[in-house]
Parts: sequence; structure tokens; C-alpha cells
Amino acid sequence: MLDLRDLHKIFNGKPALNGVSFKVKTGEIVALLGPSGSGKSTLLSIVAGLDHAERGEVRWDEKKMSNVPAHRRGFGLMFQDYALFPHRDVFGNVAFGLQLGAKPAALIQRRVSEVLQLVGLAGFERREVSSLSGGEQQRVALARALAPQTRLLMLDEPLGSLDRALRTRLLEELAAILRKARQTSLYVTHDQEEAYAIADRIVLLKAGRVEQVAAPEELYRRPATAFVARFLGLHNLLPARIVKAGQRTWLETPIGRLPAPQTKLSGDVLALLRPDAVKLGRGLPIKLNGTLLSKRFHGRNLQAKVKVGETHLVLELPSDATLPRQRAKVQLSFDPRQAVQVFPREA
Amino acid sequence: MRAKIIPLFFWLLPLAFLAVFYFYPLGSILALSFSRGESWLQPFVDVLGNRGLRGVLGFTFWQAALSTLVTLAVGLPAAYLAARHHFRGKSLLRALSGVPFVLPTLVVAAAFDALLGPRGWVNLSATNLFGLDNPPLQFVNTFGAILVAHVFYNLTIVLRLVGDFWARLSPRIEQAASSLGATPWQVFRKVTLPMISPALTAAALLVFIFDFTSFGVILVLGGPRFATLETEIYYQTVALFDLPTAGALALIQLLCTLALTILYTRLSARLSRPLELRAPQAVAQRFATRRAKWAASAFLILLAIFFAAPLGGLALRSISRVGAERGQIAAQPGLTLDYYLALGEDPHGNVFFASPGEAIRTSLLYAGATVALALAIGLPAAWALARRRDALLSRLLDPLLMLPLGTSAVTLGLGFVVALNSPPLDLRTSPVLVPLAHSLVALPFVVRSLTPALRSIRPRLRQAAAVLGAAPAQVLRHIDLPLVGRALLVAATFAFAISLGEFGATALIARPEFPTIPVLIYRLLAQPGAATYGQAMALSTILMLLAGGGMLAIEKLRVAEIGEF
Amino acid sequence: MKVLKKALLLVVLVGLAGCAPTESGGAPRTLTVMTHDSFAVSEEVVAGFEAEHNADVVFLKLGDAGEATNRAVLSAEAPLADVFYGVDNTFLSRALDGDIFEAYASPLLAGIPDEFELDPEHRALPVDYGDVCLNYDLAYFDEHNLAPPATLENLLKPEYKGLLVVQNPATSSPGLAFLLATIGHFGEDGYLAFWEGLVANEVSVVNDWETAFYTEYSRWGGERPIVVSYASSPPVDLIFAEEPMDAPVTAAVVADESCFRQIEFVGILKGTQQRDLAEAWVDFMLSPTFQEDLPLQMFVFPVSPDAQLPAEFVDFLVEPQETAFVSPQDIAGHREEWIQAWTNTVLR
Repeated sequence: MLDLRDLHKIFNGKPALNGVSFKVKTGEIVALLGPSGSGKSTLLSIVAGLDHAERGEVRWDEKKMSNVPAHRRGFGLMFQDYALFPHRDVFGNVAFGLQLGAKPAALIQRRVSEVLQLVGLAGFERREVSSLSGGEQQRVALARALAPQTRLLMLDEPLGSLDRALRTRLLEELAAILRKARQTSLYVTHDQEEAYAIADRIVLLKAGRVEQVAAPEELYRRPATAFVARFLGLHNLLPARIVKAGQRTWLETPIGRLPAPQTKLSGDVLALLRPDAVKLGRGLPIKLNGTLLSKRFHGRNLQAKVKVGETHLVLELPSDATLPRQRAKVQLSFDPRQAVQVFPREA
Repeated sequence: MRAKIIPLFFWLLPLAFLAVFYFYPLGSILALSFSRGESWLQPFVDVLGNRGLRGVLGFTFWQAALSTLVTLAVGLPAAYLAARHHFRGKSLLRALSGVPFVLPTLVVAAAFDALLGPRGWVNLSATNLFGLDNPPLQFVNTFGAILVAHVFYNLTIVLRLVGDFWARLSPRIEQAASSLGATPWQVFRKVTLPMISPALTAAALLVFIFDFTSFGVILVLGGPRFATLETEIYYQTVALFDLPTAGALALIQLLCTLALTILYTRLSARLSRPLELRAPQAVAQRFATRRAKWAASAFLILLAIFFAAPLGGLALRSISRVGAERGQIAAQPGLTLDYYLALGEDPHGNVFFASPGEAIRTSLLYAGATVALALAIGLPAAWALARRRDALLSRLLDPLLMLPLGTSAVTLGLGFVVALNSPPLDLRTSPVLVPLAHSLVALPFVVRSLTPALRSIRPRLRQAAAVLGAAPAQVLRHIDLPLVGRALLVAATFAFAISLGEFGATALIARPEFPTIPVLIYRLLAQPGAATYGQAMALSTILMLLAGGGMLAIEKLRVAEIGEF
Repeated sequence: MKVLKKALLLVVLVGLAGCAPTESGGAPRTLTVMTHDSFAVSEEVVAGFEAEHNADVVFLKLGDAGEATNRAVLSAEAPLADVFYGVDNTFLSRALDGDIFEAYASPLLAGIPDEFELDPEHRALPVDYGDVCLNYDLAYFDEHNLAPPATLENLLKPEYKGLLVVQNPATSSPGLAFLLATIGHFGEDGYLAFWEGLVANEVSVVNDWETAFYTEYSRWGGERPIVVSYASSPPVDLIFAEEPMDAPVTAAVVADESCFRQIEFVGILKGTQQRDLAEAWVDFMLSPTFQEDLPLQMFVFPVSPDAQLPAEFVDFLVEPQETAFVSPQDIAGHREEWIQAWTNTVLR
């Protein structure tokens, strides 16, 4: 089990990691999610032993790693910029870790072709790395990290350069491999869908701090802060106020008064109206009237912008939903228990 | 903690080497020299107060600077062409350019004489064509001769150091600049030049120091009207035995070198940066336009002629009857291999006779030992330099490595005699001194070849290896070494060439029964006689072929992963 | 009992001492001979010495005559060898002042003419000599119907304008020798005027003998038919010619005091551990066997009048009767001044 405790790191005078703590259980796949600059790559470097934290500890199975040099930690790392060895061909790169462990040649051969097969580069053994496309290079880097079967595998944006089809396929296969092998993994990405697809738990980082740790569904359904909500693409964060009158509490929002959800918060808050929970028509308890501003087709869903009062709301509708033409009047409804969440106001 | 100790240890070896075989002898002879004068300061006052000697100092700088500039001016385009393009005969031109490095000055003088001397090809053709009374071109005893000879000798430094480095830089960055609207000249000035500057400044420094301490060229080709610090030191030491003055001059020469190398290390530390390195094959292209192709071809052909003509003239002399008839072209009809055959004969039973085979063997043995020693000492030094370039250690000690190059050979030779005179260091008459002395000269080349290459390795690659389980020693072996493989071979060829052609140290060493080839050539040239002169030419040709072949072989070497990249 | 053991031990020790290896029938001893680069000797001749004295002769070649002398002087406290051969009269004072030799009055000195014994204390003993003289190319003078120069003064004549090439005395041993010849001939007061005259007559100066001889000299394709070289050069040229020649094609100017004699000396180095062997070697160098080997090996002449010269030398060598003389002490004392004066006159 990987145990990170209160890691602090200053980079160029600014805090890159500001007290990061979480655990990765053996056999678990944890996704490290966050915007660029949130400290994800720095964290990986520290865990790998390539960099040192100013404060905090990295422990593996209770053992402190601070005195263990990188090459003895047994943690695999796939770099975001691949870092392929230019002087070795594909085989030479992928086999590097295995060759260091002085494994028999036949075994190495087998494992390399196995792993190349997995990433879809079967037969690429003798190719020069400089002659490969970006996507191919990325896969070689991935294969290289996978080959040695380390006790912890860290992947830094492993599917970044790939096209969607390839990305989806690899993601599935990768997930399957990692689970089957019960490979403890730390998977860094800025793409939440990847995180949902592969992770057992997701750690969301913001500016060097852990914002939320949760399983994918939990994260999506119950973001802990407004930032998380925004990061997850959940629009419709409205400035609101919780008002108490006697036994009853409600939410004053720009689109009207709504029943307040269960919360300990009071006073000024941010209210989230989940875009996927607002439907067209009058079917659900709370009803709104608005004007359709725009609609955009997104493949799997339809995104509609509706003006309610002075507020612009975003709706995510199924792709086959029928919408009137622009500037027409629409009727919306939602169930506040599903659709509404409140967060503290941000500083 | 361990990370700090290892570089220190890597420095210990070259430092110890320098301390024992350079500083100690140098210190000894300087101390001895100054103790024979009135005071320690007096010789300096005398030297700097003497207008003639100040003039010599000025001239030394001037001729070195001009020679370096011309060498760079010719070498840079040549390096560019070799780095970025495929063309036929590239390896041959490269090997050819390295041959002069190995030839003793007297031989080079003879080669140019065959071409440009009073009865060389050029003058004879001119007098015959234009019906002149006197040969129009005066080559020997001119400043032009000094310049030409310096370029002839040192072009290969620029070609190898800059060319090889350039060949591995990805052209993508230059292409990006182009696409942003930069003209070719702007791309060169703002992008290319900064990128190649580590190797460029290294080459410039080496060439300058070589020209600064040049002896044979000034003496033989420049003639009596030109004097540099080195010839002056020789005169003061040998002819006048005025050790205080010679010591002062040697120290001044040394301090100049030191100042230059300190300047260089300051500059180069700022210029080296991790670069994207590619395998040379991936970078080379064909010529873009027809005009470019013609221009490049013309340049390359001229360059080839520049090297091939004197060397070819030399080879031609070795197979033609010497002793030209008056009024005829120098190279007689009547080719002969007699001189080569005569090399193997010893009609007078000289005890010091050595057949060319024996001399070749001796030369190669010394050269091999020098390569091994220079690499064994230079590689750790370069590695330590590359890793901790801003450490006080590196900044202080890097210039020290260059000093032997900028030290008068005469002074240092005496230093050996004076210092290494008691066991276990009584090496004055030991053959071991030869590769030691050669390595002292080769060391700067090795370090300067390897350091830019080592510095350019992306740290990320080392990290990737570490994370895959490679211990620091394994990282060195599997990442650093192969990536600098090319530079390693360049370093090895330099060490090889320096040893093969070195005359000064080898001449004074024991075992005169086992002379090296240059020593043998000098012996042959020191007597009057057609037969011996012809033999000297023949042996010189053998040396040329050996040098060229040796360098080609080293470069084609592929050991483990080294050399491919 | 104790006394008996002690006595026994004593006897054993004395016996062992007595059994120390003696010269005859033991391992060969090593004699180290330090010389300059031009030293050459026949293998058989050396082998003869080695056999006779049960010795191994090791040679060290340490640069030209000046460099070798310097090295000998600077290593006086820890000598590099047992014997040093190769000091010539231009460096003799330097060597003697450096106090590097042990005196040895070899019995063979008796047969050597006095003119060679420049060191009355016998620290440095003469072995051979060579004369630096002007050489000229016969073919050139034939072609141009010109009489070759017979004396130094001739060189100032207009018909010899632009025909002479000399070496820089600062950098070249024959160059220095020729300068000394002019000083010996014209005196300290007159030699500079001579050189001014040569400059007016377009003398060419180069730094080394090889360039003067093989590049400038018309014998080898140059433009100048008169060069400073050695009296031995014409016969040596004949010996090492390509096709057999009847007579040398060059000659030397051997008029009185137009040549300078370079004498080479040998001396036993102070601190030698092989004094007796060193003495034997010095005697050997003065013996006919070695002396007769000299001409064809080093192209110099034996000081011993009893030594036979090779046929080509006998037939074709023209030796000067009187050479210009400058004492080693004067050379040591004035060398710098003379070279400087010469440089100012000729090169400026």
C-alpha cells in the first residue's frame, strides 16, 4: 500500500504541493485528477524518488521511502514526455527494465512481445524510436513502463496524444490488464472520463491540495466543492443564500426560491443546479420558464442554453431530445433532491 | 550524500594525474629557473620591460587570433555541410582533414614545398606558362605560410568538434524558426549559433591555444622574421640557457592560457543546455536547390584539394626520383618504390636502426596507450564537469585541465628531467613517460569533446532509466556512454592522432632503439642525400596512411552500443 | 654453546661476503650513455664493447646538442646516465660551468692533436669534429659560367647577389657556427660590416638546416646555389646518391678561416656508479674501432689521426686547413650579444 503523508514541495518559490495526503491500497487503481499546474507530475516525481519533498513522507507498506534511491523503489513511472532512449530501438527501450534485472533472454523476448501486443505495436521491435509518430512513441513508453511489472505503476497522462478511438480501446485494455494483474496504479490525467473509466478512486488536486477523494460515481454525483463541480464540467453554479425562518429553510436563488437541501451551511452559498438533472417539460416538481438561447450537438448529448430570468442555465439533454427553435419559450422542471447541491462561497 | 562524493572522486583521478605529471614538474622547473636569477620578480620586469619581447607577445596573440578566425571561417561551413547533408566521400574528407594533425612540421613544410615551393607545382607551372624569370609565389618565410599551415593543421578540430555536435541536433527547432518568418541568416544567428555554441567555443579555444603555442610552424614555415613566445622560450632555454627569462616567458604564456580558459568555462557553462539529440542519420538531408548543391560541391571540392594537394604532393615525391633536373617539372617520370624498400635496409649497421614495421609498431603501441590513458582520465573528468557545472570545483578545476596544452613543451620537458628524478617517480628515462606526456596534451581534447555531449543529455532520460531500476553506474553505462559514443570516438581519434604525430616528448625519451615514426623521419631528414630524403618522404607517406586509416577505423568502430549514436 | 653459534654465524657471513658476484663470470653490468639525437654507431662496434667488458650499453637520446647539455646540467644532482657524449664547443662552457663531469685523463689522449683538447682538465674529452662550411652547387656555376666563391669575402661581390642562403644562428646549430666563423674571420669589430654587405647582396635567411638545404638549395630544386652546410656534405651526398656518381656534384668552400670547426666531447658524469666501465667507454670512443666508425654513421671526423677514413671521404673530402676559431668561453660569454647584433643587422 502506498501511503502519502502531508507532502509539501516548493517549486520556483511557489508551493507546488501543499500538504497532500492519501493512500493507494494494494491492487487499487487511483486516478490523480486535476487541472494543469495542480502538482500532479511533481507528486509522481516525488513518489518515484526523482525529487524530494520538503516536508512529508512517502511510505510503502509502512516502510519509509525517503532513504531509498529511485532505482531501488520498484516503482514504475511512465513520463508525460515519454523520455524514450534515442539510442535504442523499440525492443531495446521496452526491454530495458527487464534486462537490468538480468532475466533470461527468452523470458524478456516473450514479455516484450506480450506488452507490445497489448499496446497495439506488435512487430515494432526493431523500429527506431525517432521514426515513430507521437502516438506510437507514447505507446512504446507505456509498454516500457508496463513490462517490468513493478509493485506500483505510475502513469503520467499515458493516453494524451492518442485519437479517441485508440484512446478508448487502450483505456479499456489497460484497465483490464491492471485489474487482472491487481497492479497497484497511480494514474494521472486531466481528463475526467478517463479517470471515471479506469479508477477505483479518484483524487482531485487543486493547487497542490487534495480537494476530494472519492469513487468515480460518488465524485460525479456529490462533488465536495464548487471547484470540483466546475472541474467536472457541472455548470450552473448560482450565487444563493440559505434563509431560515423558524423550522423551514429554503434557498434564495436568482431563478427563484427553492427548497434547501440537507446541509450544515448557512448564509451565502453557491448553489449547483446539475445540468443533467434539469428536464424539458413539466414533469418534475420545480418548474421554470425560460427562453432557449442556443443548442449544440455534442454527439452523446445535446447542450442547451436557456435563459431563466437573468440567469443563463446550461442543460444536458439526451441527444434525441426535441428542442424548439431558438428564442422560443421553453418549460423546464427538476427535482431539487436530485438536482440541487450547495457549496460554500469561494474566497 | 553519496551523490556528492562520486563527482568528487571522479575529479580526484584527473587531478592526481595533473598534480604529479604536470604541476609538480612545472613547479620544479619554474622554481629552479627563478632561483638562478637575481630575484623572483626581476625576470618578469625584464621581460615586460623589453620592447622586443612585448612585441613577441603581441605577435603571438595576433597570429593565433587570426589563424583561429580563418580556421573557424573555413571550418564552420565545412562542419555544417558535413553535419546536415549526405554526400559522397564524406568519411574520406573527414579522415583526410585529420591527417595533417599527425604530421610533424618538417613534413608538412616539405609537403607545401612540393606544392608551393620555389620549384613546386604552382611556381613551375606559372613560370613556364607566363615565361617569368623568378617564381612568383613566395611561400616559405611568410606570414601567409603560418596562416595556411595553421588552418591545415587545425581545421579538423572544428570539423570534428562542431560537426559532430551539430549533426546530432534536431533540425526541428530551426524549422520552427523558419516557419515563424526568420530568414536563413536570422535562423543561423538566433537559433543555430546558440545551439552549437558549446562545441563552437570549445573548438575555438582549442584551436587558439594550439596556434598560441605553435612552434614548428613558426620556426620552419614562418622563418626568422617571426617569433612567438614558444620560439622565444626555446631560444632562451636552449641557445642562451637563460632560465629565468625562459621561466618568466613560460609563466606568462601559461597565464594567458589560463585567462582564456577561465573565460571559456564561464562562457560555456552558460551556453550548454540539454538539447534534443537525434541520431545523425535522421538529421542529414539532401541539398535543397540546385544552386545550393553546386555551391556546396564547389566548396567541398576546394576543401578536398586544400588537403589532398599537399599530401598528395608528398606521396608523389615519395615515389618519384628526387633531385629534379633543372628546368623541368619537379615530379619526374620514373616512379619508383625504391625508397620504401630502402626503409627496410640498414646498410651501415646502425645500432639505432629500426625498420618501418618496427617504428609503426612502436608508434601504435604508444598511441594505444595514450588513447587508453587519456580516456580513462578524461571521461570521469568530463562526466563530473557535465553534472555539476556550477559547482565551485568545476569552475576552478576545468581550466586547469587545459593548461598542459598551453604550456611550453621545452619548459615542461625540462621539468620532467628536474622533477621526476627519484623513485618511485624516476620516470625520466622510462618509456612510460611517453604516453603520459601525450595524454597530458590529449586530455583537454578528450574533455572538450565529451563535455558538451554529456551536458546535452536530457536529465529526463537518466530519470527514466533510474525509475526502470538502473543504479547510477548502470545509468552511466547504458545511457550516458552510448549517447556520447560518438563524442567518445572523436576523443579517441584525437588522442590517437596526437600521440602518433607527437615529436617533442618522444624524442627525448629513452629506448632510441625503438623510435616512433616521426622520430625516424626527423633522423632521415637531418642528413644530406637523395636516398635518405626519399626515404623520409616514403616514411611520411606511411605515417599519413597510418593516421588516416587509423582514424577511419576508430570512427567506424561499433562496440556494444557505443558509436551508433 | 652461545660462543660457538656466534663464531659459526661469523664464519658463514664472511664466507657469503666472499662469494659476492665479481665482474668476471657474473651478470652483465649496465652502462648508460647519454647523447644527442644525431648520435649513431654501428651495432657491431657496440656489440664488441659489450662483449669485451661484459656490459649492456643503454643509450639515451635527449634532444639536440643544446637540449641534451641543458638536461645534463639540470640533472647534475641525479644524473640520468654514466657518460655524456655530445657537448660541442659552443656549449662546452655551459657544461663545464655546470660541473657535471668527473675528470679522466685517458691514456688515449696522447695521440690526439692538441687543438682539440679544449679542456685542459680533461673533464670533457674530444671525440670527433665537423666543419661547417659554405657548400655550393657545381652545376649551377657551370651553367651560368660563374666561378664559385672561394672565400667569404667573395660573397660580397655583385656576381653572387641573391645566391646565398644561411640559417638563423638563434635557431640553428650550423647557423650559429657560420656566424662564429665570420666572427673568427673578420673579428668582433668587422663581422657586422660583412653581414651588412651580405644583406645588401640579398642573402636569404631561414630558421633551420633542412629548409635551407632541401628547399632553398639549388641542388635540391631551390633557387640558391650557395648554402651553409658541412664540409662532409658533398661526399655524403655522393654516398647516398640515387645513381652512382663519379664525383660529388657539390663542393665546399674551405679557404682559410672560412669554416668553423665544431668539436664534440665526451665526459664521465659525476656520481656515476660505474666509473671503471665509464672509463672503458671513453677509451673505447677514442680507440680506432669507434673513431673509424664515425664518418659513415654521423658524418663527422675522428680526432684520432690514426683512424682510417672511408674511401669516398679520402677521395672526395676537401678539408679546410685553417678554420676560424672562437674559444668556448667567448662563445658562452658573448653568444647572446652576437646573435642580437646579428639579428639587428640582418633581420631588421
